[in-house]
Amino acid sequence: MLENYLPIMIFIIMGVVFGVAPIVVGKVLAVNRPDQAKLSPYECGFEAFEDSRMKFDVRFYLVAILFIIFDLEIAFLFPWAVVLQDIGMFGFLAMVVFLGILVVGFIYEWKRGALEWE
Amino acid sequence: MLEAALAVWDSIPVMIQTVTVLVIEVVALVIPIMLSVAYLTLAERKVIGYAQVRIGPNRVGPYGLGQPIADGLKLVMKEIILPTKANKFLFVLAPILSLGPALAAWAVVPLYDGIAVANIDAGLLYILAMTSVGVYGVIIAGWASNSKYAFLGALRSAAQIVSYEIAMGFALVGVLLAAGSLNLQTIVNAQNGGVLHWYFLPLLPLFMVYFISGVAETNRAPFDVAEGESEIVAGFHVEYSGIAFGVFFLAEYANMILISVLTAVLFCGGWLSPLQGVVPDTVFDIPVLGHLLGHGPHWLLAKTSFFLFLFLWFRATFPRYRYDQIMRLGWKVFIPITIVWLLVVGLMVVTGFGPWW
Repeated sequence: MLENYLPIMIFIIMGVVFGVAPIVVGKVLAVNRPDQAKLSPYECGFEAFEDSRMKFDVRFYLVAILFIIFDLEIAFLFPWAVVLQDIGMFGFLAMVVFLGILVVGFIYEWKRGALEWE
Repeated sequence: MLEAALAVWDSIPVMIQTVTVLVIEVVALVIPIMLSVAYLTLAERKVIGYAQVRIGPNRVGPYGLGQPIADGLKLVMKEIILPTKANKFLFVLAPILSLGPALAAWAVVPLYDGIAVANIDAGLLYILAMTSVGVYGVIIAGWASNSKYAFLGALRSAAQIVSYEIAMGFALVGVLLAAGSLNLQTIVNAQNGGVLHWYFLPLLPLFMVYFISGVAETNRAPFDVAEGESEIVAGFHVEYSGIAFGVFFLAEYANMILISVLTAVLFCGGWLSPLQGVVPDTVFDIPVLGHLLGHGPHWLLAKTSFFLFLFLWFRATFPRYRYDQIMRLGWKVFIPITIVWLLVVGLMVVTGFGPWW
């Protein structure tokens, strides 16, 4: 059972290796002549006015929170979808109730304007 | 000579033998992917070139075929700048985190009946996991750069990617309902029986949502506000230079290829031949022609190329969406569509009134 997952582990390691290798090659081959102006953050030629760790729009938080809820929902749907043919109508109705609760929440956040970006 | 080599091979412990074989398999799959990535950049410039009535790159080698190699060499030779204010470790980690998962997801992609690096039962779950990890590369790059443009670009990009990931996830659940398995081999085999049995027809809304979300997920035009060169210069990778930028570039194209191949596998029958059921079955018994027309990895290749062409075509044709339009499309259009269609498909499965006749 678990040995089926050995190729996966090796593939992930190789994926990372294929990401690391070019950067190492680049580090070795490329010129390296840093100076102060080159290493400062890009700001259209100006000196940086203020720290870049600045405040940002709260809606990004909202999107992140909503994403967690919906992504969990998908994680719940996955096993349900696989066995639906076996659990029949009862399983289907149970998921309808579950999805119904989610949809009520979705409608609420829609009406409250959490999805508005103007 | 050969016997000596075999003797040496047999003397190696079994564990190391397995690992060696696997590493060779993986490299044999990844090298063609990387080559496809390189030539996809050329194909993109050519396609967009012809779409705009120019001829695209044609100087390096015949028909410009040396162009990707030249580009790669140039990027490797360029200085990698590490900004003073950046978090050095995360700054270098970010491009690797972008490319790694885009390649690693290929582990479960079935190239032909029984041919995949790993034939696991949780295949689709693994795909979902791997495509989700990609967003970390974006957000870490934006944060570690410690630059305003990079930070804003990363926020936009991350919000957009996670929004469309939900629609994609729901679309995947639809495929699961229809196939009743997470195993990608089983999903393809469940579509066996001719073009009309492929899932793109019974799951048409999910198919369209999946592919469009895939375009948005890879931050490609017309959803490329994350790059928005006129507003935030280049988005999250503005501070990257040389091959560190190159790795982000590779990751973007590798993700495009991944989305295309997944669309082909999940909705368009993977390696299955579109001629099945169209021409008489005896045609498939003809020696060479039959193999060409029958099921085979070349059909997967053809379907993947078609979807990749759609990516390029979209970029040449559509004007860029505004950010609020993108978020509206993702949340207010795609998510309701997918939820409704999931219930429809679920009901069909339960009542036995399958669209998969």
